[in-house]
Amino acid sequence: MTLDFDDRGSAPGDSGPDIVADIVQDPAAPGSPVLVTGICGRLGKSVARRLHRDRTVVGVDRRPFLDKPKDIFHHQLDLRRKKLRDVLKSTPFAAVVHLGVLHDPRASAAEHHSWNVSGFAKLLEYIALFSVKKVVVLSSANVYGPQPDNAQFLSEEAPLLGGQNFSEIRDLIEVDMLAQSFFWKHPETETIVLRPVHILGTVRNAPSNFLRLPTVPTALGFDPMVQVIHQDDVVHAIELALRPGVRGIFNVAGPEPLPLSRIIKLLGRGHLPIPLSLGTFMMKRMWSLRLTTFPPPELDHIRYVCMVDDRRAREVLGFAPQHTIEQTVRSVEDGAW
Amino acid sequence: MDRTPIRALVRAKLAATTAAFFGAEVAALLTGAQDRAREAVGSAVDAARDAATEWMTSVLGEDVGERMKRVPMALGQAGVDPFGLDPRWTRWALTSAGFLHRRYFRTEVFGAEHLPKGRIILVSNHSGQLPIDGALIGAAMFMDVEPPRFIRAMVEKWTQTLPFVSLLFARVGQVVGVPENARRLLEQDEALLVFPEGVRGITKTYDRRYQLTDFGLGFMRLAIATRSPIIPVACIGGEEQYISAANLKGVAKFLGLPAFPIIPQLLIPGGQLPLPTRYRIYFGEPMHFDGDPDDDDAVIEEKVWLVRATVQAMVNRGVKARPHVFW
Repeated sequence: MTLDFDDRGSAPGDSGPDIVADIVQDPAAPGSPVLVTGICGRLGKSVARRLHRDRTVVGVDRRPFLDKPKDIFHHQLDLRRKKLRDVLKSTPFAAVVHLGVLHDPRASAAEHHSWNVSGFAKLLEYIALFSVKKVVVLSSANVYGPQPDNAQFLSEEAPLLGGQNFSEIRDLIEVDMLAQSFFWKHPETETIVLRPVHILGTVRNAPSNFLRLPTVPTALGFDPMVQVIHQDDVVHAIELALRPGVRGIFNVAGPEPLPLSRIIKLLGRGHLPIPLSLGTFMMKRMWSLRLTTFPPPELDHIRYVCMVDDRRAREVLGFAPQHTIEQTVRSVEDGAW
Repeated sequence: MDRTPIRALVRAKLAATTAAFFGAEVAALLTGAQDRAREAVGSAVDAARDAATEWMTSVLGEDVGERMKRVPMALGQAGVDPFGLDPRWTRWALTSAGFLHRRYFRTEVFGAEHLPKGRIILVSNHSGQLPIDGALIGAAMFMDVEPPRFIRAMVEKWTQTLPFVSLLFARVGQVVGVPENARRLLEQDEALLVFPEGVRGITKTYDRRYQLTDFGLGFMRLAIATRSPIIPVACIGGEEQYISAANLKGVAKFLGLPAFPIIPQLLIPGGQLPLPTRYRIYFGEPMHFDGDPDDDDAVIEEKVWLVRATVQAMVNRGVKARPHVFW
């Protein structure tokens, strides 16, 4: 058995590199193999680039990994297929990092559900079957949902009410819940659920796209406090989560919160306050005509607070944001058109 | 595959389609043509507020700016605290309240020397249909107490759905009324103002004036959990500012309002303003409570009864001691 890392790509019937069996299954140990799902997304690539320096990274994604570093092995496959089992069987992974959660609000509800819930359930089944020591699941602080009666800083025990008005996030909530029940059912695996606040950077998610608009619309008469985090800080949190002996749910927040209007001012952009009734009407029309990527319930994020208390991440994970608020906010410009 | 020309094409198409649907005006807005006008409006609001504050300060004759410097505040880098408190807005609000405090209601404050530093929970009787008593206690804490402090009060959850109101409350330091927020404020050593009577107290009719209704138990659990001293406060003068002859609960329920008071003075021109009673605010000695914050209601009720009895006694003494309602 040899370590064979030439550019084989992912031919059918290929089930991954043969790693020498006595590599220690400590996820933080140098060389230990880590599986990253959703590796082709912008966040996934950042994670891969951070981890591949001292660990063996194997990626799984439906998309092809175009500018793949030489020592990362990539499988282009759908999580729901049986081939995933072969991947997990062949290599004694020390950890799995699950980033492959479908967030695209334009995909159909059935596709969302099938991909997120059944795909993740299958992955967890194989993790238990092949005794992977650690799984890190990337959830989001949006699962708490922006409600008018939210506490200013929500702890990890707060109920996940994001699905009340926004049905598309129910899949993510279900993924979060699946991870939690896996935590209890399989104590031999260290399960970590990370709930970061709005991630800004080269990623193309709703908050970053919102801040990239030439004129940022806001709700007239509302200016909630908002927490944001730099993409690289999320990668840092994932890296910290891979250390052995760490498990549980962690809220991850970036630098201190700011009012939304200050964030827009930091970017030096124009700011258009729209009365709420008009804004909701326009958003619903534009959404149904597919003219926008922002579903109408996301308007709640610019009206109500949805902030988290990240004490546990700071104390247990030792997490601290390494980018200032200016760097975090300005990072959206790196990923502009 | 270079996507830039395709994106540019899509954006142009989007602008064109939007123009077709919503008119050229909106399309121009979307291309950011009126940014400078909007910036100007925003800074005009700030300038107007600061100018008004300066003018009011000069008329009031108090050195508000100097007092502001001595208030202990936990501001972040952006100049706001984690709950959204902005000192420039708070200064404007306190200066306006200062007018009511000194000129309109001519408040007398007693016992201001009793107030300890650090975290405190002020427990007061509530009256007067509108929470002017809260504004005046806030003004008193800023103007008549050493060192000057900002009051943090709890607001109803549904106020967060109102535009402008929710924003103003946050900027002057008022927070949503959930226990986690109260706890965090006290752990930051802030002064929390609580009206345990709630809506029952503020909508009292005139025949039940100065008779405290039932107290809620939440503030006591909070005080025990955070080891905060409770300061009983008696606020005299609120009951006579809007004299309520009756409260039609059925009508209130039908309209979805917390109360429907019948206030005869509203019919007189100029009667919409509160009557210029002379307010008297009494601060009592701090009360300390120990025990288990998760005790049974029965145990907590005994402690709450002590506080309620103290506030009622202070109110009775204050009503007896005042020479007249209006002076």
